[in-house]
Amino acid sequence: MAHYGAPLVSVRAKAHIAGIYEHPGREIPDQTIPQIHAQVAQGALADAGLTLDDVDAYFCAGDAPGFGGLSMAEYLGLRLHHIDSTEIGGSSYQNHVGHAAQAIAAGHCQVALVTLAGRPRTGGAGPGGSGRISSAPEAAFENQYGMSVTAGYALAAMRHMHDFGTTSAQLAEIKVAASVHAQHNPHAFLPDLVTVDEVLESPMVSDPLHRLDCCVITDGGGAVVVVSPEVARDLDRSTAVVLGHGFAAKHADFGRIDLTHTGAVDSGPMAFAEAGINAADIDYVSIYDSFTITVLQTLEDLGFCAKGEGGGFVSDGALQAPDGLLPFNTDGGGLCSNHPGNRGGMTKILEAVRQVRGEAHPAVQVPDCELVLAHGTGGSLATRMGSATIILGRVDT
Amino acid sequence: MSELPAPAPPVNIETEPFWAATAEGRLLLLRCDDCGAVIWYPRSICPNCRSSTTSWFEASGRGIVYSYTVVRRGQGRWREAAPYVVAYVELEEGPRLLTNIVDCDPDEVRIDMAVRVRFDPTGEGPALPRFVPDPSAH
Repeated sequence: MAHYGAPLVSVRAKAHIAGIYEHPGREIPDQTIPQIHAQVAQGALADAGLTLDDVDAYFCAGDAPGFGGLSMAEYLGLRLHHIDSTEIGGSSYQNHVGHAAQAIAAGHCQVALVTLAGRPRTGGAGPGGSGRISSAPEAAFENQYGMSVTAGYALAAMRHMHDFGTTSAQLAEIKVAASVHAQHNPHAFLPDLVTVDEVLESPMVSDPLHRLDCCVITDGGGAVVVVSPEVARDLDRSTAVVLGHGFAAKHADFGRIDLTHTGAVDSGPMAFAEAGINAADIDYVSIYDSFTITVLQTLEDLGFCAKGEGGGFVSDGALQAPDGLLPFNTDGGGLCSNHPGNRGGMTKILEAVRQVRGEAHPAVQVPDCELVLAHGTGGSLATRMGSATIILGRVDT
Repeated sequence: MSELPAPAPPVNIETEPFWAATAEGRLLLLRCDDCGAVIWYPRSICPNCRSSTTSWFEASGRGIVYSYTVVRRGQGRWREAAPYVVAYVELEEGPRLLTNIVDCDPDEVRIDMAVRVRFDPTGEGPALPRFVPDPSAH
């Protein structure tokens, strides 16, 4: 069964991201979750020059309260022709953009709204967005052993180190690069520069991952508006054109789990094939960064370096904007800025759109940024996980 | 060495034989009668060939550590148990399963270390398969 190659109906250039919005808050004790969804929805639509009256398709994931899309459609007073509540954890939002582009390409809708909101910091939820749901068929065989979110990623990191000689200092370089970028983001939860030594000296949470290998836990939200080319043409705002999308569900097969690769080995080639480009063509990447190891494995699996060579690749400032080999997460990412609702997929899209629009902070704006990639990871790493990749392009006006 | 919590697992009609055997100190696995795949976790369909004809057999209980982590900060009832080891053990029969490595210094655990199963009673019938170092292995 062929997974790659051109799909029957390609989304290439069939849809544009016309509006984005990121909630500036990282602790939001005074707003409800629906209220945050509404604020980011209106923010993204205003960025595009549209309103809630223009929306005919709505996309949300498990962070939307109550009956998900139906509850939020009623709360916002939406009149919908299309709805999609695909829930694949933190990678949901990349998939929503892909699905919105597919629906637009197929003529089902013109203006698709995607929202995310969550309050794990002040709302009492524990760390981790994936949850280990007690009704899951695997639950009895995994939940009895003191597993934690961090431990899931640590197991992957430990095996990667064993197989490829990856070091904690190399993983720390990823946090350092994020912190270099976060200095320029006034909303970043951790705005201070950190060093490799500071990462290595931070308390061990779950070997080999230190506290500073982990992303932040923040309240927040974000939204994206995906529109048809016809709608995009009539807007005053510059857009990012959707060029490709790929998705993969990786799981433990029947107990033959390989912890050293992620679903990006499948979602990446699908997205690149649809866009008709290669990894070498990409000017900027937003890489899901729940933990430093998430970034390292994903970069390898997307083909930015060979499998096992991620440790060397991320050293010597390769990820640092504007002059690194492959600038990443220039807003500070989930490692330093924001990981709203324990789901980092949305903010990855937002910074990719800023970059391709030329609207990132001047200190981290990648020069001549034409092609960008935003990758989402959902669930855990390399075990039971969603991977979703989108590729966006600059629209010259 | 602190005692780890041994919470009783949820048992259903697909997994009841597995958990009943743990109470007797036996580790059962399912093998597909059609394709021969050894299946983990237990379920009524073979995820390799989609056959619904499978048979239980007793595993050797021996394996090696595929990967591990020392959890320094446990959550909930695991807070006081830390540091403890969560690991994937690769059984001789092939499957890699999530478990704890016990009866050893957490800092002594290594990938490829030989281990064998031990059953920790939950107090409600089923026992949890955990693994201990197996110095007799070669």
